[in-house]
Amino acid sequence: MNAVTHPMEDILRMDRMPHIWCPGCGIGTAVTAFAMALQKAEICLDKTAVVSGIGCSGRVAGYVKLDSFHTTHGRAIPFATGLKLANPELTVVVISGDGDLIAIGGNHFIHAARRNVDIKVFCINNFNYAMTGGQLAPTTPEPATTTTSPYGAFEHPFNLPFLAESSGAVYVARWTALHIRRLTKSMTEALSKKGFSFVEIIAPCPTLYSRRNRLGDGLDELKYYHDNSVIKHGLDTRELDIGYRKEIVMGKFVDKDRPTFIEALNDRFTQVFGDKYEQYGPQNANGN
Amino acid sequence: MRTEIRFSGLGGQGIILSGIIAGKAASLFDHKHATMTQSFGPEARGSACSAQLIVSDEPVFYPYITKTHVLVSMSQDACDKFLPDLIAGGTLLVDEDLVNLRSRSGSFKMFEVPATRYAEELGNRILGNLVMLGYFSAITRTVSPESFKKAIPGSVPQRYLDLNIHAFDRGFEHGISQGKQKKNKKSAKVIEER
Amino acid sequence: MKADPKGVLTGAHFLDGDHACAEGALAAGCRFFAGYPITPSTEVAERIALRFPLVGGIFIQMEDELASMAAVLGGAWGGKKSMTVTSGPGFSLMMENIGLAAMTETPCVIVNVQRGGPSTGLPTLPGQQDMMQARWGSHGDYEIIAVVPNSPQECFDVTIEAFNLSEEYRVPVMVMMDECVGHMTEKVVIPPAEEIEVFNRRLYDGPKQDYLPYAVDSDNGRVPLMANAGAGYRFHVTGLTHDERGYPAMNAEVQQECVTRLVDKVKLNTHAIARYEEEEVEEADIVLVAYGISSRVAMRALEMARADGIKIGLFRMITAWPFPEERIRQIAQHVNSFVMVELNLGQMVTELERCVAGAAKVHLAPHAGGWVHHPEDILQIISEATT
Repeated sequence: MNAVTHPMEDILRMDRMPHIWCPGCGIGTAVTAFAMALQKAEICLDKTAVVSGIGCSGRVAGYVKLDSFHTTHGRAIPFATGLKLANPELTVVVISGDGDLIAIGGNHFIHAARRNVDIKVFCINNFNYAMTGGQLAPTTPEPATTTTSPYGAFEHPFNLPFLAESSGAVYVARWTALHIRRLTKSMTEALSKKGFSFVEIIAPCPTLYSRRNRLGDGLDELKYYHDNSVIKHGLDTRELDIGYRKEIVMGKFVDKDRPTFIEALNDRFTQVFGDKYEQYGPQNANGN
Repeated sequence: MRTEIRFSGLGGQGIILSGIIAGKAASLFDHKHATMTQSFGPEARGSACSAQLIVSDEPVFYPYITKTHVLVSMSQDACDKFLPDLIAGGTLLVDEDLVNLRSRSGSFKMFEVPATRYAEELGNRILGNLVMLGYFSAITRTVSPESFKKAIPGSVPQRYLDLNIHAFDRGFEHGISQGKQKKNKKSAKVIEER
Repeated sequence: MKADPKGVLTGAHFLDGDHACAEGALAAGCRFFAGYPITPSTEVAERIALRFPLVGGIFIQMEDELASMAAVLGGAWGGKKSMTVTSGPGFSLMMENIGLAAMTETPCVIVNVQRGGPSTGLPTLPGQQDMMQARWGSHGDYEIIAVVPNSPQECFDVTIEAFNLSEEYRVPVMVMMDECVGHMTEKVVIPPAEEIEVFNRRLYDGPKQDYLPYAVDSDNGRVPLMANAGAGYRFHVTGLTHDERGYPAMNAEVQQECVTRLVDKVKLNTHAIARYEEEEVEEADIVLVAYGISSRVAMRALEMARADGIKIGLFRMITAWPFPEERIRQIAQHVNSFVMVELNLGQMVTELERCVAGAAKVHLAPHAGGWVHHPEDILQIISEATT
């Protein structure tokens, strides 16, 4: 066989290409980084599942050749929680957007982090709701315009790494879609990390966010990242607000350990029941 | 034969548990049909509460009391509230230290036991409901004492099982000896004031 | 298949409906539970929380009912028989993900211990006002199965059946209890595990490259074979309209095929799914139709009416959805009238009217909830119906 194969063929659903994302969109880059991370992390692809919510980033699940779930708006994290707890031998990754994970799904985000459910959450942040035509998101910087903030946003946006850390995440990093190598490294680390791990990916949305704010095309956005981003590993996450066209601070901010939901559950029940209790874990998976 | 029983008192006296133990005894060990219901509400400890128990030889469809045959009251409030529903000729069992009936009207057989006082003598007033159940069994015979003895284990904390059985026996004996005295007097204490 | 003895509390117990439902779930093999406390259903969750650690089950109290329902779907795809329990307000919050369960054909059981509504309504008092919501609550066309137990024993029995149906048809099954049945305590006999029939998920085990997650063939009827996550089939599941591969296909043709099958797999199997009980229906001039607690109150009214010399029967639904349409049509041919007894102002009665289609008169004994009917009030409607 001499046929040329795509290097990602084992990870992407080639029969679903081309994808729906716009030229210049950052989601494809994030998917590429994820695919490379999967290869680097050397985890069993048959035991890896991706869960997405709704939105442009919500479509990621449909393009990865893994067990993949395209769920309802905002509910990727609780779905992933159920999946992971029911089958602890799975590596469960949530890939979705800022609106999906942090607005409608915000409550689930903080609680999953608090419980330290062993899932990886990769949030693609393009500062607006793109799938529906570019509306205000909980991440839209003041005073960017969107279709529902036509006179400029005036609500203060969330600082996602700070939200993640203060809710209990054990791994927190942020990169832009320009910083593929570092992003891939963070994703790889997150995939091997035990516990609620969070990576924010700042991504261009040329069709809506950039156009409406007259910021040029996808390449212009990458130039902005190039000129305005700085790496400050370990910086206090309180310092990570992103102002409109201001500096973007990137890096790995949190990497610590604490018991996951299942570890805490096993500890507790062992204390209470002693030998009568059988540890809950991968052996409890009911596979085919 | 369908007997409709209401256990009543204050939240915290173990009234609902009385209904559960009596129902369990009747259905699992006397092999009758028994349905227990309770009023659920935002009531806290200290307010009037009750458990309704139907014991029947036939399957129970309608699960609620329509005419009370037996009213068990462990508080004045509960007695005041539920006594009007007691049928003529019905049976009223009260904790004599907690319920005062002098101004009652109606026609029913009344029986009194110092349930809470006996419980305190046994070391814990929370056992008052078990004393009352023993008394209930002795007086009404709706549920046999043997079945009660089988129903109590598993319904109360294991470490207090003996104490609960003692409390039951105390109430039961009180009922039996009262019965003997009454036989001698040839009449139960029947209140008939109109 | 027989039940796993680990979860079966064999013996005679004196249990309320909520606890009996929890034991039914355990016996059925439920090993994943996600829920959020709400009166009057909380006792189900409490008992599961108490019992799960020693049977290898996972219990999680979620942050709300949206999360609970989503987690239940995740649990199901993770390979566990999964359940949640709620009451009116929480049921409303679950609706979107119940739709996702219907669309993705995810087996799961939702218990609703109904209280009086709308809104916060009567948290501690009964209602049967979510019957239409059970059927139509999520958007779009789909079918679900709903069972309506009338005693603690039946709460145990139908919860097992709910899991079995849910796995067999890959459909959300709702156990529509009511506060009265949930909080009523009676004898519940739990048989030995080897006497309990459970239906375990039909899993695909063919070659990986041939797996089509939503394909059906003559062997499996209208229900596709499932693969659990992690089994190596690397399938895609979406709430979007999808083709046999599970891939989004947004056009009218695929929509027609996909949604029609979701409906047909339940509707065309009504004869196999719907269960009911009859009390002297053949000889009756007038038939009471009731379910849940109302059926027990209706029984009292029936006895009173018989004493008055009325030829009356009772049709008790054990399955509310799919509605036992065919049997109602048959009965309608020989009775003069039906009286529907339900704790709402007219829900299942509309289905009854639809099926009777004018062949007999249909009356409603309505009740806004908060308590059960006075049997005398039902009797009054019966006498009106006989004139």
